[in-house]
Amino acid sequence: MVIDTGPIPNAPSLWRVRLGLAGRSLKQNWSLFLRTRIGILGLVIIVFYMLLALAHPILMNTVWDERIYDPVIGFAFDETQQPAPPSLSHPLGTDPLGRDILSQLMFSARSEFLLGLLAAVVTVCIGTMVGATAAYFGGLIDMLLMRLADIMIMMPGISILIVLSALIEVGHLELALLIGILSGFGGTGVVLKSQALSVVVKPYIEAARTSGGGTLHIILVHVVPNLLPLSFLYMMFTVTSAIFSEAVLSFLGLLDVRMSWGLMIHTTESAGYLLQVGEYWWLIFPASLSITLLCSSFYLLGRSLDEVVNPRLRRT
Amino acid sequence: MAGATAVGTKPLIRVEGLEKHFPAESHWFRRSDSFVHAVDGISFELARGESFGLVGESGCGKTTTGRLLVRLAEPTGGHVLFDDGEGASTDITTLRGDDLKAFRRKAQMIFQDPYESLNPRRTIFDTVAEPLKVQNACPPLERMERVSRMLEMVGLTPPATYLFRYPHELSGGQRQRVAIARALVIEPIFVVADEPTSMLDVSIRTGVMNLMESLAERLGISYLYITHDLAVARYMCSRIAVMYLGKIVEMGDTEAVLQNPQHPYTQALLSAVPIPDPTATRAPVRISGGVARPLDPPPRCRFYSRCPIADDFCRDNPHPPLEKKGAGQRVACYKA
Repeated sequence: MVIDTGPIPNAPSLWRVRLGLAGRSLKQNWSLFLRTRIGILGLVIIVFYMLLALAHPILMNTVWDERIYDPVIGFAFDETQQPAPPSLSHPLGTDPLGRDILSQLMFSARSEFLLGLLAAVVTVCIGTMVGATAAYFGGLIDMLLMRLADIMIMMPGISILIVLSALIEVGHLELALLIGILSGFGGTGVVLKSQALSVVVKPYIEAARTSGGGTLHIILVHVVPNLLPLSFLYMMFTVTSAIFSEAVLSFLGLLDVRMSWGLMIHTTESAGYLLQVGEYWWLIFPASLSITLLCSSFYLLGRSLDEVVNPRLRRT
Repeated sequence: MAGATAVGTKPLIRVEGLEKHFPAESHWFRRSDSFVHAVDGISFELARGESFGLVGESGCGKTTTGRLLVRLAEPTGGHVLFDDGEGASTDITTLRGDDLKAFRRKAQMIFQDPYESLNPRRTIFDTVAEPLKVQNACPPLERMERVSRMLEMVGLTPPATYLFRYPHELSGGQRQRVAIARALVIEPIFVVADEPTSMLDVSIRTGVMNLMESLAERLGISYLYITHDLAVARYMCSRIAVMYLGKIVEMGDTEAVLQNPQHPYTQALLSAVPIPDPTATRAPVRISGGVARPLDPPPRCRFYSRCPIADDFCRDNPHPPLEKKGAGQRVACYKA
């Protein structure tokens, strides 16, 4: 491939050239991504829920009456009995407390996204640094970090979260940080370290050292960028596990959150409708289907990104 | 030490009894009992502007020696005196912090494998500009110009078409040229070249060697040229040292060593080079076995177990010292 980059750019326009290069590689990766069907499916589901999340505040401010449709304190005065089955004014019906299910679903979608992405970012930041440092330094630092990782992996995640939520008030933010720390210092850190081990022995690391580059320079400029593709992959998987943990904890009623998909099932369960799925399907299916779909969509996205960054998995 | 350097000029590098021992096993609380003697007390001098060749088969310690000289590895013992011509020579084996960083401006390394020595995620510009950047060798706005000039010098012209490409878009020869550009862009006076042409196609080898030679002349660089290929050593180096299991067994002017080898190992190495004439015959030098691992070697001559002319004297005495023999080279052998 011959690319004519034209005359030598002068230094101030250097960032423009870099932007162009980044755009080019993004384009290439995008076309690879388009070839993986499962990735497209995942992305479609994610975009669907994003639209739901974005539409909620708009609907609340325009069409929906706040007293009726508020996901937490609203009450469907227009229905004679609660829970009411789906109707034109309440497309997914109302819950045992007379609140609109569609509104709850859309309201919760936003916090699920924020939770998942925050947990993923925390995981990847910690995991990448742990992996790079452990692999680069080796020896005692490596041993300490990896034994810490063993402890994190050993800890039964959900049980720890149950105990913690009994001790302190755990909301979405705290949960995201907890999941991020557990997974970043744990499994994700170990996987990224094994990748980093194959990077730190490359001659270009030695070349950087011969050039006079310090430890920080080598880790940030040479090791971490070569870990990023794998980091992004694990970011997607963390989103899945974060959303799932949130659903479990709020179903058990242990989370200090106003509304979430898990909490919707919790409400159904505590009102005694959980075992009557056939009759009251709208109380359970919207929330549980949303949890399943969003979890699997991020997983599918991760799998297809795996194919993009890992040429060996690509079908020719 | 009697050097082959001209009278009156101090050598650029004087290596004295350099040693590198790797622990053969790792223990938690005590030192390892056995060591691999990768480099075992070697001494040589490298004159200013000279290309000094280090030849030997794989595992003889030549690459380790090169890495020691640019401080990519810490020597176990010995000294490396580096004289940059700006005052007294410094022992680089004890350099730390800023002094080490300053030394790295003067000594660079070209690596063997051009496919692994360039970071795949960085553009050619980023790679070549890296030494300038970490050493703060020139104002940021001048980097582009210096990198372009360097790329032109190594024959990647026009530089604009190469600056913002990634290593995977270049051929092996082009990559090695980039690696050479990276090593030379901060104008070092000493470069360790670790088999820079061994991974390249034969067709482009000569081109890269010619390039390195002409750059050495233009920029006043001294090479320590590590190779297993005697023809390459002959082409590139004015003096060579032959290494065997961490020891220098023969050292001298290239022509003297190659035309008139004294040490049985050098003779065997030379007899292994094919002659491009199907009718030519040459008395083969019989050496048996393969290279041993220099794990806790006995004090006697390292070549004893494979040597065709060794006798009891060789077995009972320590490794022979380098002595002047033959056409002026120095040889470590009692019998030669």
